[in-house]
Amino acid sequence: MTARRWEWAFWIAAIAVPFLFPGKRLLINEIAILALFALSLDLLLGYAGIVSLGHAAFFGVGAYAAGLLAKHGLTEPVAGLLLASGAAAVVGFLSSFLVLRGSDLTRLMVTMGVALMLLEVANRFDGVTGGADGLQGVTMGPVLGLFRFDLFGRTACAYSLATLLVLFLIARRIVRSPFGLSLRAVKGNRLRAAAVGVPADARLVAIYTIAAAYAGAAGALLAQTTQFVSLDVLDFHRSADVLLVLVLGGSGYLYGGLIGAAIFKLMQDWLAALTPQYWQFWIGLVLVLVVLAGRERLSATAARLWARLARRPAREPPA
Amino acid sequence: MLTILFDGLAYGMILFVLACGLAVTLGLMNFINLAHGAFAMAGGYITVLLMGRLGVPFLWCLPIAFLATALAGAALERTLYVHLYSRPHLDHVLFTIGLVLMAVAAVDYFLGAQQQIIRLPAALQGRIEVLGISIGIYRLFVIAVCGALVVVLQSILAFTRFGSRLRAAVDDPRVARGLGIDVNTVFALTFAVGSGLAGLGGALGAEILGLDPTFPLKFMIYFLIVVTVGGTTSITGPFLASILLGVADVAGKYYLPKLGAFVIYALMVGVLLWRPHGLFTHRGAR
Amino acid sequence: MIAALETVGLRKSFGALAATRDVSLRIEAGARHALIGPNGAGKTTLINLLSGVLRPDAGRILLDGADITFLPPHRRARRGMTRTFQINQLFAEMTPLETVALALSERRGLGRRWWRTLAAHADMLDEAAALLARFGLGDAMRLRASVLPYGKQRLLEIAIAIAGGPRVLLLDEPAAGVPEDERHEILSIVAALPDDVAVVLIEHDMDLVFSFARRISVLVDGALFVEGSPEEVARDPGVRQVYLGEARHG
Repeated sequence: MTARRWEWAFWIAAIAVPFLFPGKRLLINEIAILALFALSLDLLLGYAGIVSLGHAAFFGVGAYAAGLLAKHGLTEPVAGLLLASGAAAVVGFLSSFLVLRGSDLTRLMVTMGVALMLLEVANRFDGVTGGADGLQGVTMGPVLGLFRFDLFGRTACAYSLATLLVLFLIARRIVRSPFGLSLRAVKGNRLRAAAVGVPADARLVAIYTIAAAYAGAAGALLAQTTQFVSLDVLDFHRSADVLLVLVLGGSGYLYGGLIGAAIFKLMQDWLAALTPQYWQFWIGLVLVLVVLAGRERLSATAARLWARLARRPAREPPA
Repeated sequence: MLTILFDGLAYGMILFVLACGLAVTLGLMNFINLAHGAFAMAGGYITVLLMGRLGVPFLWCLPIAFLATALAGAALERTLYVHLYSRPHLDHVLFTIGLVLMAVAAVDYFLGAQQQIIRLPAALQGRIEVLGISIGIYRLFVIAVCGALVVVLQSILAFTRFGSRLRAAVDDPRVARGLGIDVNTVFALTFAVGSGLAGLGGALGAEILGLDPTFPLKFMIYFLIVVTVGGTTSITGPFLASILLGVADVAGKYYLPKLGAFVIYALMVGVLLWRPHGLFTHRGAR
Repeated sequence: MIAALETVGLRKSFGALAATRDVSLRIEAGARHALIGPNGAGKTTLINLLSGVLRPDAGRILLDGADITFLPPHRRARRGMTRTFQINQLFAEMTPLETVALALSERRGLGRRWWRTLAAHADMLDEAAALLARFGLGDAMRLRASVLPYGKQRLLEIAIAIAGGPRVLLLDEPAAGVPEDERHEILSIVAALPDDVAVVLIEHDMDLVFSFARRISVLVDGALFVEGSPEEVARDPGVRQVYLGEARHG
């Protein structure tokens, strides 16, 4: 099978799932949102090599922007999604200059710091954000004026999956473009990248902004489909979770975030039913085991497997 | 005003004892140990349990907390951490976050999510007036203990053979190896002592910082601030950073109750951009 | 005539160590210029200053008459000065085809183009493949760079620098570490570099230097010691003493 067929199969399955499991639509909606969020982190981590422990910052900005827009009159979801994503992109652009330099540790601290600062701000201006009680009174209109949100998550699920698909296709373009190639170059060897004329800083700013826009879109989807925003969208655990999702699925080939999101949510769903309240223990255990088993190796294997599937048979090198 | 300064000092001293082990692990092995706070929490809970269930006096609990967490640290270091030093930083982060999540959930499961209260001995309770400043006796005690520890640590580093080996290993592990210093053993010992100090800090600090299962997550950022702002090349750097952070945090929470934490984070990001290797490091540090 | 590359009183110190002292060089268009000198003479520091990896403490660097002293490395590459590295600096996870295509796309200013895939730029991939074939890397162009044999990696180093379309090419010990029986490949590639490209070569291999260079500058302790034609340099008694005497050990 060629890559294209595998991808078709993946997306047909993704679209079929809500019809096969109509009772699980709300869960599928959550998976799609988390998948989009993880896809956004993959653009940063998998393609540009930027580690972040504060990616929730942009998720949160998108969620609050979308929630506030809806609360104050702009109830059409797609327009709200675009604007919220744009707001996150602006925050991403501004904070991108903070992660250009420094070691992994500095980047971790700075990204975490930015997310925590936004959390404090959201908490402080509770007149606008609702603070600890969450943003109440978010009501959404029908998507594109046609599809009303329903209680069973039918519209929500379709809306999130469609957004995920569109943004995924754009991301796929990006990483396979000359621009995407230059990102991999910066990740691989900054010295050499500069020597062939790649302006590393400009490229990192660009991808950071794009990734922030993606994370913002994921946050907006959550706000719109649940019609509620709480401080939780900016919380540290959200940044840590999305990192785990990417680790579960493997980074650097785009599908990792999607597969990881499905694994994570199903695991969470199952474990939470098994040992409510303590499921984080098992998440932690999975993290520890994945690292001990050799995360990089697993990730590289997944990516290579994918590359092998993706290669057209005519170009297969002699084994 | 002076009371705030004093409380901040006590707070900062505890932060230092909690975080100095992390500074050494980071400086020595370039290992990002986000699970450091879990050792501190262990020390706190050991004290609570010993006092509550077995009636061990508070002052006895402190050395026990130190020893127990030091042993736990050594065991974990030899069995798990040791495999990860050469891995990328992302692996360190994921692995230690995993440990934190497990620790948080495990403590929650066995001991419950509520705040734990340590009943201090009567001699350490109450306040005294000194030159018109109201001073908590326990805080005075904390400052005395931590201050003594700082002096002891500094003299170990400055005057003992182990200290000079440790400094050599921090400066350049490869050169130190070349000089015949067994960096791995130095590191295991340091890791154990660092964990023990975290445990001791957790026991001492439970009364001031509060103790519940989310302790490692809540204070992770504080430890990291101490280490990144203070740098990892000396013990004075993290010490000054701890005091600064302690005073700033107490003052911030008092004067700007709703924005206090914001100021801390903003300062941290600013410092990291301005001096990526820390405020108190000299040029040439790694 | 304006020199392709010119330095004026270039100076760089690391603490008390003066690695480059008042180096003034003129490299004409199409030059074949070798920089030689004993170990520690400051050759690599000079290359790093020229390519922008290091900033000079004093002095100026002119590329085609334009001051580039404070331009970052990538801007210098775009203005037509590329380099190779003494120690391989390759993209381990990228194939030679991707690596060379990257250099071509940056040279053409396509690096920000995110809306068309690389595969859609067929002309660029063809050019990359043709270039790699010239370097004897045609068979290996779809393997990851990290799995290539060392000699092939050295060739790829040069191929990347050529793909950048330089008018000035800095070669930092292209044959370093290459086994004797694979050296001829590097030598013939270096000999066949386009005539209009000014080449600055740093090398320890004296056969390569004397077969290649039409001008040689000798660096000693960071300063320019002698400059002249290969014959002049070979005859210079001072050079024989400080450099050739030492090269016998190396």
